[in-house]
Amino acid sequence: MATDDEPHPPWRIGTRAPNIRSFDAVTGRQRYADDLTFPGMLHAKLVRSPHPHARIRSIDTREALALPGVHAVVTGKDMPVKYGIIPWTQDEYPLALDKALFVGDAVACVAAIDEACAARAAAAVHVDWEVLPSVIEPEAALAPDAPRLHEGHKHGNITKSVQLSFGDVEGEFAASAAIVEGDYFFEGTTHGALEPHCAIGIWEPQGVLTVISSTQVAHYLHRELSRVLGVPYDRVRVIQPPIGGAFGGKSEPFDLEFCVAKLAMVTGRPVKLLYTREEVFYAHRGRHPMKMHFRLGATADGRLTACDAKTLIDGGAYASFGLVTAYYSGQLVTAPLRLGAYRLDSTRVYTNKPACGPKRGHGSVQPRFAFEVSLDKLADRLGMDPIELRRKNVLEAGERTVNEFIIKSIGFRECLDRVEQASGWKEKRGKLPFGRGVGVAGSFYISGTNYPIYPNAMPQSAVQLKVDRSGRVTVFCGLSEMGQGADAMLALIVSEELGVDLEAIRVLTGDTDLTPVDLGGYSSRTTMMAGNACLRGARDLGTRIRAVVARKWECPARRVALAGGFATDREDTARRIEIGEAFRLAEAELGALAAVGSYDTPKDVHGDYRGGTIGASPAYSFTAHVAEVSVDLETGVPKVEMIWAAHDAGKPLNPMLVEGQIEGSAYMGYAEAILEEHLVRPDGLHRGPSLLDYRMPTSLDTPHVHSMLVETADPEGPYGAKEAGEGPLHSTIPAIANAIFDAVGVRIDTLPFTAGKLLRAMREQREKGGG
Amino acid sequence: MLPLPAFEWVSPGSLDELVRALGESPGESLLLAGGTDLLPNMKHGLFAPRRVIGLRRVRELRGIAETPAGGLVIGGGAPLDRVATDPRVMARYPALARAAGLVASPQIRRMGTIGGNLCLETRCVYYNQTAFWRGALGGCLKKDGPTCFVVPQGRRCVAAMSADTPAPLIAYGASVELVSVRGTRTLPVAKLFAGDGVKNNVRAADEVLTKVELPPPAERLFSAYEKVRSRAAIDFPLLSIAAAAVLDAGGHVVELTVVVGALGALPRVVRGLEITRAAPLSREAIDLVAEAAHTQCNPLSSLGAEDWRKDIVAPVVRRALAGLAPSRIAG
Ligand SMILES: Cc1cc2nc3c(=O)[nH]c(=O)nc-3n(C[C@H](O)[C@H](O)[C@H](O)COP(=O)(O)OP(=O)(O)OC[C@H]3O[C@@H](n4cnc5c(N)ncnc54)[C@H](O)[C@@H]3O)c2cc1C
Repeated sequence: MATDDEPHPPWRIGTRAPNIRSFDAVTGRQRYADDLTFPGMLHAKLVRSPHPHARIRSIDTREALALPGVHAVVTGKDMPVKYGIIPWTQDEYPLALDKALFVGDAVACVAAIDEACAARAAAAVHVDWEVLPSVIEPEAALAPDAPRLHEGHKHGNITKSVQLSFGDVEGEFAASAAIVEGDYFFEGTTHGALEPHCAIGIWEPQGVLTVISSTQVAHYLHRELSRVLGVPYDRVRVIQPPIGGAFGGKSEPFDLEFCVAKLAMVTGRPVKLLYTREEVFYAHRGRHPMKMHFRLGATADGRLTACDAKTLIDGGAYASFGLVTAYYSGQLVTAPLRLGAYRLDSTRVYTNKPACGPKRGHGSVQPRFAFEVSLDKLADRLGMDPIELRRKNVLEAGERTVNEFIIKSIGFRECLDRVEQASGWKEKRGKLPFGRGVGVAGSFYISGTNYPIYPNAMPQSAVQLKVDRSGRVTVFCGLSEMGQGADAMLALIVSEELGVDLEAIRVLTGDTDLTPVDLGGYSSRTTMMAGNACLRGARDLGTRIRAVVARKWECPARRVALAGGFATDREDTARRIEIGEAFRLAEAELGALAAVGSYDTPKDVHGDYRGGTIGASPAYSFTAHVAEVSVDLETGVPKVEMIWAAHDAGKPLNPMLVEGQIEGSAYMGYAEAILEEHLVRPDGLHRGPSLLDYRMPTSLDTPHVHSMLVETADPEGPYGAKEAGEGPLHSTIPAIANAIFDAVGVRIDTLPFTAGKLLRAMREQREKGGG
Repeated sequence: MLPLPAFEWVSPGSLDELVRALGESPGESLLLAGGTDLLPNMKHGLFAPRRVIGLRRVRELRGIAETPAGGLVIGGGAPLDRVATDPRVMARYPALARAAGLVASPQIRRMGTIGGNLCLETRCVYYNQTAFWRGALGGCLKKDGPTCFVVPQGRRCVAAMSADTPAPLIAYGASVELVSVRGTRTLPVAKLFAGDGVKNNVRAADEVLTKVELPPPAERLFSAYEKVRSRAAIDFPLLSIAAAAVLDAGGHVVELTVVVGALGALPRVVRGLEITRAAPLSREAIDLVAEAAHTQCNPLSSLGAEDWRKDIVAPVVRRALAGLAPSRIAG
């Protein structure tokens, strides 16, 4: 029996459809920020510090200003207001004011008639430096006499330190039959989005500031531009054009956005700044290097007793999201497996290097590696199959994790079953010839953070919908489309609810003047939050339209279904009208058709201890991977032959896009496991800020990925959907690590797993065995 | 984007004009063939020539032709993808075809030429960086500074010969022709190189590399090329090995040449391989050659991962020798 809650059987949800934005991207038609030009536009270049730590005695801009074609130069003194994505840890100036804190820190910015002229002018800005001692290694940053990066900061070089304990850790360890203890190192990596950051500032004489930027957080940028530049909040507009990838690397304000805005205000001309690839490496905000010490215990029958994690996080020069990183690095290992007790101790420190921040799987990819490898060692110690060990400890739906996050839906058990079967695990594990092996790992991730970055009681996401008499529906939302298919997700939901074809839906996102606020494209929040907001608005509209059609047909509204391009009588399907006709009927009766929808998270999904809200989410996704790896015994070169990935994204709204996210995640995880290293030399120089030296895999390198969708119906997600963008990355790296062990019997606990490390470890093992 | 410095662009239509244009201002001009090395280097501020002379319109430099004796002459301006896929190169000089086909990526092989590959700038992690980066370092021995960061006490630059085609060309005994307003000279590829990373070839500033000549392959010539790199495309070699063996009818070695690239400024011809003569290329013989190569080759930190690269010299040499492919002359 149809109810008003269930307007019709699903017709669009769960069907495969390509991302509506992909065609433009792959045919080169997409217009990115750098493709936009405006009459009279100037080009800007940043002047950057060649020293890892140096005081600015003075900056002489006279020679630069005297060059023909140069319009303005700004320095730190022109914008002496600190900013930062987290309101409690704002420690950056748009341009360094007193000190530069890493090689590449920006100290001045010039605007000139073209890029070449701006580059010449930047070279003509003379900075009088007082070089200071620098700190490159995180341990050195902790030393009592270490040079201090942020002199006013009350905790020395510590951005944030978190200690939490749940349950009786020592008691649980005492009850353990086996305990494994080890040190793990996760090398830093960066996002490598194809599009370098780009921003254009436009200042209108009426006092309206527009910034067009390749940002994934238009709303937060809006707030910070207003605050730092002193332009009223209601007179700043941020537009996010299509962006060429972000992966977390564009999720906070950057120097260039303030600079183009300020220079536009100073010169009265539009000003553009496009980073070079080298500058993208300096802007960074990539994955933090982490040194992790993990202890994990289990009883003889495989019940996990306690986990004790101590982590030192190398933050680079600024806080960025570091407060959250410190929490995530500890808080996000407590599912999908039940732990008897858990203790975490995470410390993020400042060092004179490009600042780290959020990269796909923010803060939790590193400890996941340590945890899942520990599990594999534990299984080995207990003589138990690693999948079996995991199975014995899987959390149930409705259960709380040891750190009190509530898990409403969990398909992890099925994820394990699926990868076990598909990979031929039972025939392969421990049975392949020496040099080839399989490994398993599991993980979970948040579907959005439960709380916004600045405390407020307003919704996390909102949409507006407009239906017009042509049969078209337009949906407006502040979310950030960056290639992941967020716009396509909105279109899918509107299509599902209002019965219109995808082609008749316009999606307008990422413009703070035109769209209601969504907090941005980070923490895998968009489907959960913007999706729910959109579902609410669209369902409200649908209800009204169905009521109008029902009155005309003189039947109860529940009999009217909006699907497949028609309004149809569910009990007499021959009676139907085109959806555009239904819209016209409704407009005639009700007047202009519009709706809003918004979403905020439930507040009862976490503990009430200090920090218990960080890592809390309305829903969690789950993942299991099996990797098959072969190792060249003479050269040590590892080859990832295959990855089987099963992911519980709740109800996959569009399986094609969910699979795309799983594959992309697995490739990125593979790259971090085998190739990528974001390295800064002891003298503070980046080891090679280019895409030739920072090695990201080509299509010839990436393994085959067999992705599998495990469906659960999450009570909070729209139609039961959960995240898919970040979760699947977590399992890849430890699955590869564990496969290497199965292949050649050595443990490489330091990322990445290079041929050199493997060859050395295999040789040491042979020597040990021989001697 | 990194801006390209301003320069005067000259694009002669014939070899004569080209040689004259270069002869006018050799110190201030640079040749641009595919530009796949020169342009990035100019963007990095490594060179700022007053004049850039383009090679692309000189058709006579682009061809591949037979010599009467059964060898091949490859024009200095022949694109690498042409070299890699020419049926005659593939049949007679398979190691060269393979080396050319492993350079960079399809797009770069279309633009990049064999002449540019032979005259490729040496590479080093302290040199192939932006002007900003090198400025922050304070320069290095190769450019703008007093210090070598690879060999701290070194007084000679050890930047690496990182091109793919020189090693097989040397193994085949190929030679090059250099033409200038002063005349024409021919020299073996092995002699084109010099042991100084600042300038690792003997080409004078006014000379154009017009031809690469490959002698006719000996009967029962077998050859191979192995390239080690991080990724399966794009990357320059971290180690490269070309091997050529002439065997007699009974399978005994008449002549064996092994050339190793991506070490220092010079491609290294492994010495002492006479010991393999007159005997079959057995497992033991291959091990001896691999051991000799291992002892003689010392990868440097100029390209990174030097310890691992040293460790794999022997297995990669063994692989090259195990994979020797015959040259087929007929057809
Ligand atoms: C991302 C990337 C990856 C690469 N990977 C590889 C690799 O794996 N292996 C490899 O070998 N190379 C690699 N290269 C380098 C380069 O692409 C090739 O070596 C190519 O063959 C250079 O040829 P070109 O015609 O483009 O040379 P150009 O850039 O035009 O010239 C290179 C140098 O040679 C000189 N020159 C060119 N032609 C002549 C001539 N006929 N006579 C005299 N002097 C001449 C030029 O003046 C210049 O100094 C790579 C380059 C890039 C950008």
